[in-house]
Amino acid sequence: MATKYDWPAADDRSLIGKRHTRVDGPAKARGVAKYSYDRNLDGMLYARLVISTVPHGRIIGIDTSTAERVPGYKGHVNIVNVGDEVQWVGSEILAICADTEEHARDAAAAVAVHFEALPHWVKDEDVKKAGEANRVQPAKDDTKGPEMAEAWASADETIEGYYGLGIITHCCLEPHGQVVDWTDDEITVYASTQAVARIPADLARGLSRDESIGDVSADAVHVITPYMGGGFGSKFNIDTWGVACAKLSKLTGKPVKLMLDRDEELMVAGGRPSDYGNIKVGAKKDGTLVAYESETWSTGGIAGRGSPPLPYVYNNEERLAQRARHLNVSTNIGPARAWRAPNHPQAAVLTMCPLEDLAAKLDMNPVDFFKKNADLTARPEVYRYEIDKCAEMIGWSEKWHQRGDSGSGPVKRGLGMSLHTWGGRPHDSTCEVRIQPDGGVSVNLASQDLGVGTYTTLSVVAAETLGLQIPDITVNIGSSKLPVSGASGGSTTVGGTTASTRRATVNALEELKAVVAEALEVGAADLVAKEGKIFAQSDESKSLSWGDACRKLGTRTITGQGKQPDREGGKLNDSGVGGVQMADVSVDVETGIVTINKLAAVQDVGLVVCLAQCESQVYGSLIQGIAYALYEESVYDQATGKMLNPDMEFYKLPGAGDIGELEVHMVQNKYDDRGVIGIGEPPVISPGAAISNAVANAIGVRVPTLPLTPDRVLAALENA
Amino acid sequence: MVSSRHSHDGPADRAGREPRKGFSRRTFIEGVGIGAGAVGALGEPGRAQAAGAEVLGPDPVPITLNINGKNHDLEVEPRVTLVDALRNSLDHTGAKKVCDRATCGACTVVLDGSPVYSCTMLAIEAQGRRIETIEGLSTDDATMHAVQSQFVEHDAQQCGFCTPGLVMAGKAIVDSNARPSMAEVESGLSGNICRCGTYVGARKAVYEAARGGTA
Repeated sequence: MATKYDWPAADDRSLIGKRHTRVDGPAKARGVAKYSYDRNLDGMLYARLVISTVPHGRIIGIDTSTAERVPGYKGHVNIVNVGDEVQWVGSEILAICADTEEHARDAAAAVAVHFEALPHWVKDEDVKKAGEANRVQPAKDDTKGPEMAEAWASADETIEGYYGLGIITHCCLEPHGQVVDWTDDEITVYASTQAVARIPADLARGLSRDESIGDVSADAVHVITPYMGGGFGSKFNIDTWGVACAKLSKLTGKPVKLMLDRDEELMVAGGRPSDYGNIKVGAKKDGTLVAYESETWSTGGIAGRGSPPLPYVYNNEERLAQRARHLNVSTNIGPARAWRAPNHPQAAVLTMCPLEDLAAKLDMNPVDFFKKNADLTARPEVYRYEIDKCAEMIGWSEKWHQRGDSGSGPVKRGLGMSLHTWGGRPHDSTCEVRIQPDGGVSVNLASQDLGVGTYTTLSVVAAETLGLQIPDITVNIGSSKLPVSGASGGSTTVGGTTASTRRATVNALEELKAVVAEALEVGAADLVAKEGKIFAQSDESKSLSWGDACRKLGTRTITGQGKQPDREGGKLNDSGVGGVQMADVSVDVETGIVTINKLAAVQDVGLVVCLAQCESQVYGSLIQGIAYALYEESVYDQATGKMLNPDMEFYKLPGAGDIGELEVHMVQNKYDDRGVIGIGEPPVISPGAAISNAVANAIGVRVPTLPLTPDRVLAALENA
Repeated sequence: MVSSRHSHDGPADRAGREPRKGFSRRTFIEGVGIGAGAVGALGEPGRAQAAGAEVLGPDPVPITLNINGKNHDLEVEPRVTLVDALRNSLDHTGAKKVCDRATCGACTVVLDGSPVYSCTMLAIEAQGRRIETIEGLSTDDATMHAVQSQFVEHDAQQCGFCTPGLVMAGKAIVDSNARPSMAEVESGLSGNICRCGTYVGARKAVYEAARGGTA
């Protein structure tokens, strides 16, 4: 049923779905955007963490006596105490502060912590060895669909293989951390966070656990985060360092800055679980999938974690016999945090790679194979359309060849593909829109812009609704004192915040229309706001410019409220999208080096709000996908229990010359009626599987685990 | 019993700091975590000391830095890197400290016309040099440098934390090459890491900025 809140029809959209420059673009390009790390407050102290150097141990002594004599030392607070166990290298032990950054480093270096070593385990790829070390727990055993034995009996062709991908870490360029200024009036927290509205309660709870501090009200905490330097799922909480930083500020009476060092950031503030598994898939001669069985294992630290949704996308429970078993491996490494599309990139590798192997065994073109089985997915039409579109973008029909059939030279070229899905439902959000007598319009909510374009999308929604332009709107986000809006995780922000903003803006406009109706002596329902004016549809000569209309308010400010969800508020958003990606790679079989020629991505997200920023999300996802497909991995050493590459020399990320050509197509004007759906996660899911499949197509053998480093490529060729 | 890394070096030595005279090569290398071979601009502090040159520190020393055409007087310990001096002493926070060891380029400034990693240069070594930071490229949104306006035009930014470093690297490219090819742009930007993945826009922005900024 149509409501006044519904998105304007395609013909009436002047801003939604179009390309715009980023509202916060100039501030970022000019270097004047102030991030938490950039806050320099009067009298501010610098704090550093002292961390565990052992992967598992009991603390038997913490000696700060020397540290307290370091010039400039101002105080320290324990995070754990003597007698406590630490479970990974990098585990936070105490925070110490001093007058300068250099003195804080000296003081931290002067703290002596003594441990009684306990047995540790950090390896996960070899599940048998992990089992012998008593580190493996069953986590899942789900059987669904037709009877398994009958399904296998009906299969004409089967493949069985080992696939997987290692642990990666978020490596946010702005590390986790904050500046805290605890005064008599307020606890101000400049936090690098994805959850502005959630941090006050999180910090208050953390502080109130300390009896010497007593109860702290969440209302006493003011979080300020206009800009933040990358989160990717790792920055939802205040964390131990945030609580310790606040305590140091209270203790010293000064503002305190505590940002993690790069090694700490990589060891303890990020982490996507590994996933490895033995997969068996069966199909009939014509390519129809009949059975899928997986036995997978993964680690995300001491608690395990990382159970992928298998089989992925191709998972119709009526027609595909399927069994998914999963084992948790417990390791003494920094605990996993949500990483863009948790468990889905792993699931794509553990499904799309074996499926392409089966297609190769059947001598089928993967495009035909994946399309033929599209009825086993939740969105057959979407995927068929997207496969065809993507194939056209990458030149599949001209370039594709049978697996390994890539000439006699040392450089082999190949194509591969993958499909993905994601929810992206809207989070809860409240918004207040203000219209001022001077014509000013502000959108106010305690959301945040992780770099995805929140400032821009909300400007577009308000401007479109009021018939104004983007610069006419001020978007106030990044303060916990504004109306509460959800944390930015799971691709929930754009759906939630655009809906609350649309409703709030429509409500505010209605109030303004009532005032204008009286002035123009027309009915309010006859009025429209368009092209900087409010005028009567029945008689366009009855018109006021936006400025003149607002002046009629005298000294009154209009406030419009909007909420998500809102049952009477129209259908503004949805969840559930599909995407297809294809890779064109070259592999030098003498060096093992994989080069990206091109990646193509087709993505459906319902109604696109800002096309350029949507595309930027997909470009970025493809590049992050190239990173985990070819370069990055957290490497752990069992002898010492340490991460061997907690830095940016050996934790490899691609540069501007490593990404080849990227082409992105956002599906528009096809599923717009579904409303807005999140874009952050879906496009990062498929690149790993698509690139791995392209490498297999090029060299004729499967490189079983990602990242596809030269040594692994050469080993796979040698073992073939 | 295992001791933490924090006690291995002998706490008295680092905390009391009696043993350290001047800024030793070892202490500097510990601080920046890389071999001296990668920091050509540094010279050879150890040798200078042996030759009887003036010994500075460990206490703060007065220095003058010429930044964006203006002299700034400040006092820093000799071990303080240029990026820390810019950010902590002068509130020039456009240059970011990310890897802190000459890998990611977020701290890029232009020194006598060439891009350098300010995390891997001591502030005292930057005296007498012409330092350009992102703050010097524009005074407001309307006066943006061509590289900056092209970064906005091509949406070459997400979280934006790497952007100032990429912009400075891009400026150094267009200053030294009027018509860089795309391969030259990629090569010139290859010392800068972006985690969000903004290279598609960044490449186009620098390429177009050199050609007069027509998008």
